[in-house]
Amino acid sequence: MAVKKFVVACFDDEKTLFPAVKNVRKTGYKIHDVYTPMPIHGLDAAMGLRDTSLHTAGFIYGITGTTTAFSFITWALTYDWPLNIGGKPYFSLPAWIPIMFELTVLFSAVGMVLTFCYLCQLAPFVKKDHFHLRATDDLFVMAVECTEKTNDSEVSDFLRNLGAIEVSTQYKETGWWIGRYDKDTEIFGKPVEPVVQS
Amino acid sequence: MKYESQVRPPLVDGAKGYHQVTEDICRPVENRPSKAWWVGFILSVLCLLFGVISVTREVWFGTGQWNLNKTVGWGWDITNFVWWVGIGHAGTLISAILLLFRQGWRTGVNRAAEAMTIFAVMCAGQFPIFHMGRVWNAFFTLPYPNTRGPLWVNFNSPLLWDVFAISTYFTVSLLFWYSGLLPDLATLRDRAKEKWRKMFYGLASFGWTGSTKHWQRHEALSLVLAGLATPLVLSVHTIVSFDFATSVIPGWHTTIFPPYFVAGAIFSGFAMVQTLLLVTRKVLYLEDYITIEHIEVMNKVIVLTGSIVGIAYLTELFMAWYSHVEYEWFAFRFNRVDLSSPYGWAYYLMMGCNVLSPQIFWFRKMRRSIVVTFFMSILVNIGMWFERFVIIVTSLYRDYLPSSWSVYYTPTIWEVGFYIGTFGLFFTCYFLFSKFFPVIAIAEIKHILKKSGENYKEEMGEVEQESVEEFAHTYAH
Repeated sequence: MAVKKFVVACFDDEKTLFPAVKNVRKTGYKIHDVYTPMPIHGLDAAMGLRDTSLHTAGFIYGITGTTTAFSFITWALTYDWPLNIGGKPYFSLPAWIPIMFELTVLFSAVGMVLTFCYLCQLAPFVKKDHFHLRATDDLFVMAVECTEKTNDSEVSDFLRNLGAIEVSTQYKETGWWIGRYDKDTEIFGKPVEPVVQS
Repeated sequence: MKYESQVRPPLVDGAKGYHQVTEDICRPVENRPSKAWWVGFILSVLCLLFGVISVTREVWFGTGQWNLNKTVGWGWDITNFVWWVGIGHAGTLISAILLLFRQGWRTGVNRAAEAMTIFAVMCAGQFPIFHMGRVWNAFFTLPYPNTRGPLWVNFNSPLLWDVFAISTYFTVSLLFWYSGLLPDLATLRDRAKEKWRKMFYGLASFGWTGSTKHWQRHEALSLVLAGLATPLVLSVHTIVSFDFATSVIPGWHTTIFPPYFVAGAIFSGFAMVQTLLLVTRKVLYLEDYITIEHIEVMNKVIVLTGSIVGIAYLTELFMAWYSHVEYEWFAFRFNRVDLSSPYGWAYYLMMGCNVLSPQIFWFRKMRRSIVVTFFMSILVNIGMWFERFVIIVTSLYRDYLPSSWSVYYTPTIWEVGFYIGTFGLFFTCYFLFSKFFPVIAIAEIKHILKKSGENYKEEMGEVEQESVEEFAHTYAH
């Protein structure tokens, strides 16, 4: 958990955002993240993010569900308490398919959503610092991380040349903490430095 | 940016940018509720209270409060159960199956339809639970290690499959709906001025930021959930139909039931979506997002599924005759088709509402008429209720033994009250949803805006701006 310094650039069009992301990376600045109001296909690739493995997790949860249902029903109906129903076999697999299917879907869906929330650190009462409130409305907000060697006015000019409509320097906490959005930001007792417009 | 053909009508009308979309959809959430909202909400709560009284009486005095008898053991309760579950099918169909088929028009209607699904399944669940009589023992349906052996539930029973199917369906629909809501709740949170709004939407949005990595995972999640929900939605009504089809009651014991029930479920679900959205778009001024195009497309689904249901009716009638099973033929010939039989009128009401009346949607003018659509959606809902009533009651009231025939099944006020109560529950939930949550998926509309928005379509490239004939003349050979 650390408060870091960022140069934050806002774009209002995908057409300028994509070349900007490319140029910023080419110049060697580190993009902390790009915040967008909706999913933008190809942006993850442009930023060099690797593909998510959430699908694989979902598959593993799914087969866990199938196995759970199959092994439990087999155990309950053939070993623990076999019931003779009209002389039918104890191991009546076709009749178990519906429940095996339902548990596959249930395990997979619940597991994936929980994994998603864990990976993205999403939960009620989780609070995160936001670079720009319009990032969930109509702006694409790119946060470029600064080191002590970075000249932030140079970065600002560079981003403005790339078509950013608004550029600012901000100190932000990059992690999350337990908090509420109606309370002022005060991380671990120390107030965050005010936004520097440049 | 990928452009869409000019031939396709725009999905978002008017000259709108991203900010305008946010404004339009958040407006009803951020404004004070109108008088109409209060009237509707209070009426719904009153219905709900009547339902609570009816159910309390049923729990206190037992199922004797209903007019079920030894012959007609399933009446209004199971009819209502199947009816509500059926309605709960359109939402997941719209959001999951149409997502897989890449149908852009789903974005305008999916949020409200999914909410409707969840509320409908909640209503549906009440009926089998309270039909148990000793409702405090409802948890006996779950396989938990108990002190009776442990005696497990019967995994071979369709009624138990139903328990698993409905609860899984509810859970998955809820997760799907809510994970889609997170970004939109974050939009509301970031626009919030009042303290309680910041707190409420801050809690509800789970701290969503809109990070690219999160969006990537979000997209993967919705795609896989859609892939899971697609077979799930088909399985749920299949399993509901197994409740009937695996029995040996004439009129129920047919292999056509699963596809027939699924088609009927989609049919009634779309009708309910139409009923709700026609009102919602008008009251919340969302005509630019839920356009006549959306209504027309859904009417096409209604005429298709209505015709499938019609074929199913005729097929089971034919099979009853062709099979030479005398009990089966008796059930159809004398309990259903015979207009002079005690419930014959219900069969023709069902036929008229479900098979004949939707045929009006072969005409484009009718598909695009709001008045006709609204009227038809109500008619289809009534028809589909009677379909379930016909299936259940006309197969039961004259069973194998003529001495136990019963034509005296009419519901008591408490049976009807229970049904009215679920309407109350459904609409109370829907009114609260439309007040506190965005009824249209904001992020998804923004996602398609530059492909399917009206003003963006006008700016399209030369090839796309040409008329269809010209385009075909030049490029198609």
